[in-house]
This record gives sequence, structure tokens and C-alpha cells, in this order.
Amino acid sequence: MADPMKIRATAQGDTVEVRVLMQHEMETGQRKDAQGKTIPAWHIAEVTATANGKPVLSAHWGPAVSKNPFLSFKFKGAKGDKVQITWIDNKGDKRTDEAVVV
Amino acid sequence: MNKGRRNVLQQGAGFGVLSALVAVGLVRPEDALAQDWKAAFETKSVADTMKALGGTPPAESKDITITAPDIAENGAVVPVAVASAIPKTESIAILIEKNPNTLAASFSIPAGTEPSVGTRVKMGQTSNVYAVVKADGKYYMTGKEIKVTLGGCGG
Repeated sequence: MADPMKIRATAQGDTVEVRVLMQHEMETGQRKDAQGKTIPAWHIAEVTATANGKPVLSAHWGPAVSKNPFLSFKFKGAKGDKVQITWIDNKGDKRTDEAVVV
Repeated sequence: MNKGRRNVLQQGAGFGVLSALVAVGLVRPEDALAQDWKAAFETKSVADTMKALGGTPPAESKDITITAPDIAENGAVVPVAVASAIPKTESIAILIEKNPNTLAASFSIPAGTEPSVGTRVKMGQTSNVYAVVKADGKYYMTGKEIKVTLGGCGG
């Protein structure tokens, strides 16, 4: 199981800005190891975010997203909302973390 | 799709690409629900990516803002933020023309979420980066060149 995400969600007026830092290798599938064998791609393929159970963002990613991906987005919400982020990688591994908007 | 046109696309002659892209983008009708993400992420040119996204030809728009450095020192971590001022924005995609696979990320924006996303991407070399926005069923795009001094793919 992967390491936890760092989620920071702050409200400014009625807009909530969410910043997420995920821990993931994001291997591109382009690199080769010392033996010249291609290292298979291993990256987050899908990210979904919900606030109080309602979807606020979904994303599909390719291997071109940087290692330990960063994501920021804004939605209409308020303090106390529960933001939940889930990612699924191309090996089917997944992780969900949540944070409360401050 | 003639060969000369493809070459123009691959060499990425700046914004001149757009008109060629519009012509090439006509190939497939909109098929948004049946999007095959895996295939979309394997496309190797801006035109192919647009086709895979089910795109009608994108129109150039000044209402899309790409916030990214002009020169990225490290291609492995290039911060890119895209904001759209087009009403009814449904999705935002980030395309990097000269990466091995053009499509880097695609975000779908439900109502109530601001069409403004930020992330960090890898860039193999200096390239045009395009933001493609789908709003009210139509596609819009804008581009920006980012110079990379140290590549982030391979190596």
C-alpha cells in the first residue's frame, strides 16, 4: 500500500482550494534499467475527488505526470466540508485519503 | 491525411499547427462517452490525441490561461496550471506535443467546480504545451512553448 497523500483544503469565501500531494513513483515505461530492459510503466491512471460525497473532480492521467504528483483545484464549498481523494494506478492499486476544509 | 501535413504537425511549427489540426480533427465524430482512455494516452501527436478524445476541431481561444514557466530547468517537474474562462467548461486536457505520448492529463470538471486545475508534468524536451478545453460540447485550445534545459523522460 502506498504512502498517504498530503491534502490541504482551505476555504476563501465560498471557494475551496484543494492541494494534494500524492506519493507515487510514476514510472513512464520509457526508461531502461542497467540490463537494458524497459522498466514497465507504473503510474496513477485515475484520480477522483469528492466533497461531502459529491464528485468535484475526476482526472485521467498518463505517465507524463511527475513523480509524487501534485494536484490543485477549486470548487464551491465551505469550511467543514469533507474532501476525499482517491487514486487508482495502472496496476489496480488504490488509495483514499480525506481532509476537512479549514 | 497526407504526409506533408503530418510532418508539419510533428515539427510543431508553433501556432501554425492549429489550422492543420483543425483539418485533421474532422476525422471522427464526437464519441465522448465511449472514450478509451488507454488508447488516448498512447497517442503520439496532438492530432491523434484530439481524435482519441473524441474531439471536434478545437478553436483557438484567448479565454484559456496556461500558467507555466517559460523555461523549465528540470523537465521532470514542470508546474502547469490551466484556467478556463469559458462558460460551461466540462473538461481540461494537457497535451505536450513532443513527449513520447502527447496526452499528459485530462480533468473533468463537474458543475460547481472552478475550471482551474494545476499539476506538475514531465517533459522530455522543449515543446509546445497545449491546453484543450471542452465547453458546452465544443473544443477550444491554447498553447504555450516551454523550454526545457534538462529532460524528464528517459535517462
